[in-house]
Amino acid sequence: MDMLEVKDLSVKVEGKLIIKNVSFSLKEATSHILFGPNGSGKTTLISTLMGLPGYEVVSGKILFRGVDITGKGIDERARLGIVVSFQNPPEVTGVKLADLLKLCLGKTVTDEFSAEEMKQIEAFKLDGFLNRDVNVGFSGGERKRSEILQLIFMKPNLMLLDEPDSGVDVESLRLIASEIERYVENSGGSSLIITHKGDILEYIKATYGCILLDGQFHCYTHPMKIYEDIKKMGYEECVSCRKRPREGWTSEPRK
Amino acid sequence: MDSEGRNRAGTFMHLNQETVAASVNEAYEGKLELMDVKAALKKYSWLQDYMWKVVSKDKDEFTKKVAEDYSGGYFMRILPGAELTFPLQSCLMITQKNLEQRVHNIIIAEEGSKSHIITSCVQHSSVPQASHLGISEIYVKKEAMLNFTMIHQWSENTLVRPRSAAQIDDRATFVSNYVCMRPVRDIQMYPVGYCTGEDSRVSFNSILYGQANSQLDIGSKAVLSGRGSKAEMISRAIAREGSKMFIRGMIEGDSSDCKGHLECRGLLMDDKSFMQSIPELIARKKGVEITHEAAVGKISEKEITYLMTRRLSRDQAVSLIIRGFMDVGILGLPEALNAEIKRIVDASTGAA
Repeated sequence: MDMLEVKDLSVKVEGKLIIKNVSFSLKEATSHILFGPNGSGKTTLISTLMGLPGYEVVSGKILFRGVDITGKGIDERARLGIVVSFQNPPEVTGVKLADLLKLCLGKTVTDEFSAEEMKQIEAFKLDGFLNRDVNVGFSGGERKRSEILQLIFMKPNLMLLDEPDSGVDVESLRLIASEIERYVENSGGSSLIITHKGDILEYIKATYGCILLDGQFHCYTHPMKIYEDIKKMGYEECVSCRKRPREGWTSEPRK
Repeated sequence: MDSEGRNRAGTFMHLNQETVAASVNEAYEGKLELMDVKAALKKYSWLQDYMWKVVSKDKDEFTKKVAEDYSGGYFMRILPGAELTFPLQSCLMITQKNLEQRVHNIIIAEEGSKSHIITSCVQHSSVPQASHLGISEIYVKKEAMLNFTMIHQWSENTLVRPRSAAQIDDRATFVSNYVCMRPVRDIQMYPVGYCTGEDSRVSFNSILYGQANSQLDIGSKAVLSGRGSKAEMISRAIAREGSKMFIRGMIEGDSSDCKGHLECRGLLMDDKSFMQSIPELIARKKGVEITHEAAVGKISEKEITYLMTRRLSRDQAVSLIIRGFMDVGILGLPEALNAEIKRIVDASTGAA
């Protein structure tokens, strides 16, 4: 069974067609990298998969582990096992990071963290932030570490990561990327990762990537190769020299 | 709040028109005096001079009524240098239908004392109509600290008119906290803090949850006439279900190096409800520094969406945000009391 199957999906945002009739499937235990210029629809795709407001599915279907989730609400999809890490997560005044982490773990706010959970919080260097309001005054690296730790605590099947490497210092990047990779390896879960930079590729063992340009997928090959080509030629050039995938693309699991 | 005297420094109960219980926990004897105010007037001849000294008899129709006739009230005196870290429970109860309860309370924090008092006014839920007119005069003497928290748990049909004022002497601090989490027919209050002493301080903090057509008109005023005196006013208010709320605050700077700050944050949850925030700053002397911040708005959809991606339902997300908004930390209470007030606030807002 595929982790994710998208069929003939078209999405409008504020009346404008952004995703144009795309199809793809993502297998279990796989990481897939998504490249593309700003405005190509990468965030739209991830937001639609998560069911966020403002994204209108005009046609097509989204199946998650065989279940049609196209009409389902955000929290329902999250409970089914899809989670998202935002590029710019909002500040949530009055809600402490400790409380949010506990809710991600399925605990109540009055429960305590286990020793193992505390170790993980410390590994993410967030032990000093537990009493802080979520994201208020957090630096880029701190925000992304907070995002990824929340996701890992939720024990998801599918992680949607919107530029987990943007605005992040080198050390934080190494930490979150290796933690994402470790999670995917150990749990059999999958990830779909949007990135502009190649840095994250050092840690994520993804064998497949593609480019989203003008709401459609192009290129389907090893992400390092795509990244090198984009750097050399730019998105338009790069896209024109590769063959389109057959029907939709399919991402195979790691060997 | 439980009706037993356990863990309380003292208990005071005025039921309808008579005082039925006034006792001081043995451990606090010598630190605290608590009795019905009429009994105290008989006992202490000097107490007469404290009556109607900070609140004027002719202030309005409600004060005139209480001046004419009242049934009692509490007299609380924290002795010089005494320190009380436990709450004092005082309870003014109404069980009689159509009763207009009139009380006059006097609180004196003698020099150098430090106390935290929590009082709640409870009304029996089966009483359909009643009103409560309460005068409170508070004297915080030199170098004393009094943190006074009032939790209102009135029934939905009560008219409430508290009239209170405090006089704060040299280097003394008065913190007045007001927490209203239950529906109430109509409450209007505007306590005044007179910072007459040098380096005197007053804080007025309120946490207000307006529901079910409640009418709340809650304000406070600080008059900073003492040199170096300071005032702070913080309120957090939520209006929903047709509730109508006015939140007022006035800081008057009458001396050249006084400082004051007012912060009001409100959330309007639906179109049926109404909220008006009225901050006022008055400066009479050069060198006065008074500031204010007021904001009325809605819960950010972005924040709700974010929490929903963390598996919370929309209702759970809203509850969590409201719980954080009603920040009991602003009341400045020690941990044990903080936890108790937090429990009351969380229970009313339906937070997990």
